[in-house]
Amino acid sequence: MAWFNKIAKGIQQQKPKEIPDGLWLKCESCQEIIYRKELEKKLWVCPNCGFHIKIDASRYLQILSDENSFQEKDALLRSTDPLNFSDSKSYPERVKEAVKKTGLNSALLSGTCTISGIRVSLAIMDFRFIGGSMGSVVGEKVARAIERAIELKIPLLIVCASGGARMQEGILSLMQMAKTSALLSILSEKKLPYLTILTNPTTAGVMASYASLGDVIIAEPKALLGFAGPRVIKQTIGKELPENFQTSEFFREHGFIDIIAERKNLKVVVSQLLKYLYLPK
Amino acid sequence: MGEYFLAFEKPLYELRQKVQELREQQALSALDLSRELNSLEEKLKNMQRKVYSNLSRWERVQVARHPNRPTSLEYIKNMVENFVELSGDRNFRDDKAVITGLGMIGTHKVAFIGQEKGKGTNDKIFRNFGMMHPEGYRKALRVMHLAQKFGLPIVILIDTPGAYPGIGAEERGQAEAIARNQFEMAQLKTPIVIVIIGEGASGGALGIGLGDVILMLENSWYSVISPEGCAAILWRDRGEAPKAAQALRLCATDLMELKMIDRILPEPPGGAHWDPITAINTVKIEISNELDKLKNIPYPQLIQARINKYRVMGAWEEN
Ligand SMILES: [Zn+2]
Repeated sequence: MAWFNKIAKGIQQQKPKEIPDGLWLKCESCQEIIYRKELEKKLWVCPNCGFHIKIDASRYLQILSDENSFQEKDALLRSTDPLNFSDSKSYPERVKEAVKKTGLNSALLSGTCTISGIRVSLAIMDFRFIGGSMGSVVGEKVARAIERAIELKIPLLIVCASGGARMQEGILSLMQMAKTSALLSILSEKKLPYLTILTNPTTAGVMASYASLGDVIIAEPKALLGFAGPRVIKQTIGKELPENFQTSEFFREHGFIDIIAERKNLKVVVSQLLKYLYLPK
Repeated sequence: MGEYFLAFEKPLYELRQKVQELREQQALSALDLSRELNSLEEKLKNMQRKVYSNLSRWERVQVARHPNRPTSLEYIKNMVENFVELSGDRNFRDDKAVITGLGMIGTHKVAFIGQEKGKGTNDKIFRNFGMMHPEGYRKALRVMHLAQKFGLPIVILIDTPGAYPGIGAEERGQAEAIARNQFEMAQLKTPIVIVIIGEGASGGALGIGLGDVILMLENSWYSVISPEGCAAILWRDRGEAPKAAQALRLCATDLMELKMIDRILPEPPGGAHWDPITAINTVKIEISNELDKLKNIPYPQLIQARINKYRVMGAWEEN
């Protein structure tokens, strides 16, 4: 399972970049120069071409939740180094850098909030933190978010952004797929709604577990989704990949996504769905 | 079986050659060579033990991939009686990378699922090298539901270099198929015994890998990513696979230490490919024992224990 940031360069989509500083910003899709204030107002969607720029978990929280309704949970969970893993850098060093860069302890922000007045258990992944990769902490926080939904009898919403499982935790990362999928089966038995929002990119281990298991699956436009990375597929089959391959639109056409919603409509779509699936009839 | 051997196996093959020559000589000669023969055989066993107890993780990956290592079909032949193969996912096609069916293992009626990599070039292509498509995961799930309906326990052998990365696989929802199987397997009202017999590559393995008991043959590997895949990403060079294998801690003893599996199954000296029948027999006995233990557990408890098993996996701190 690969991280998106190492595999997709130059193929299909651009590598998602974090928002740089500066008053004027260039859209990575159409290259148009845009005033920062304008982008902020448009929720970081290019006014020229509609490209959805990668945003962090706190911005999604702002977009989705009712003001001042969020209570963060499990914020102190931190990665350890179960394999004593080291490549060009040691794993603890990588984590430390990510913590410093993002101000977060992990690649997932979770808690409860209300969305149009409906209380939900919410989890939002943050791609800036080691490519949104899922290790034990992300898996555990998702597990607790599921259990919170069950305990409080409220819906679960997960916003996904991930290149897959975190290699530095080896087999422990892989098992987070099993752990989260197994717990979601309990949530499902309890008939509590589970919605997922897939953002650019959601691939590999996360896509092959909780991201694909929503009762309703929503995706932002033109996100890169899928199991294998485009470069791996290209190398395997030795052919060019079709246009729009592995985009949100591709997966909707093939029957794996329910709704493609622009960022500005996410909250409305989620609220509507919850009214059908959750609120008393 | 072809005379294929790994670099570190060369002295072993040479010694085995000598043993065979001596045996032939004995058959033709009036001289009693039994003492020489015995001592040479003893020497071979010791050498096997020595070479195989000191393998690096990367060397063990080579053993797991050995072309003569028994694959699911040989297990079916030697372990499953009266096997009835079942085909297809009832939706798209029959995926040949996974073999499913009904049979007897010892005294147990079981639903059997095994990934098959194939032997020899044509067969490997026919089996797609054991790389399943989404319809393979759905075929397996169909047979699991059949097992649940008719109260049969499920036995699963894992041996795959990964789920197939291709256009059709993505079009038909490879990720969804793997996710769905884990979700469904968590709630199956029948025992599930998993044995990793060779390669356990990532989601491709886990897609049929969630169960009540996870056993692993001594020289198999199970990891979040193949050593080559990991090396390509973290070292930017597939040639660094030996380093990646070391770092990933993907061998049976590692997984046991990390509490990710229930037990390691010993292989004959030198590995399963030196004596497939003995290896398969060990697997058969272990599966039988596990089924004996699992068959009397009421399914609500079984399912709860199965989910709890995965619930506690992971390492973190909280302060
Ligand atoms: Zn643009």
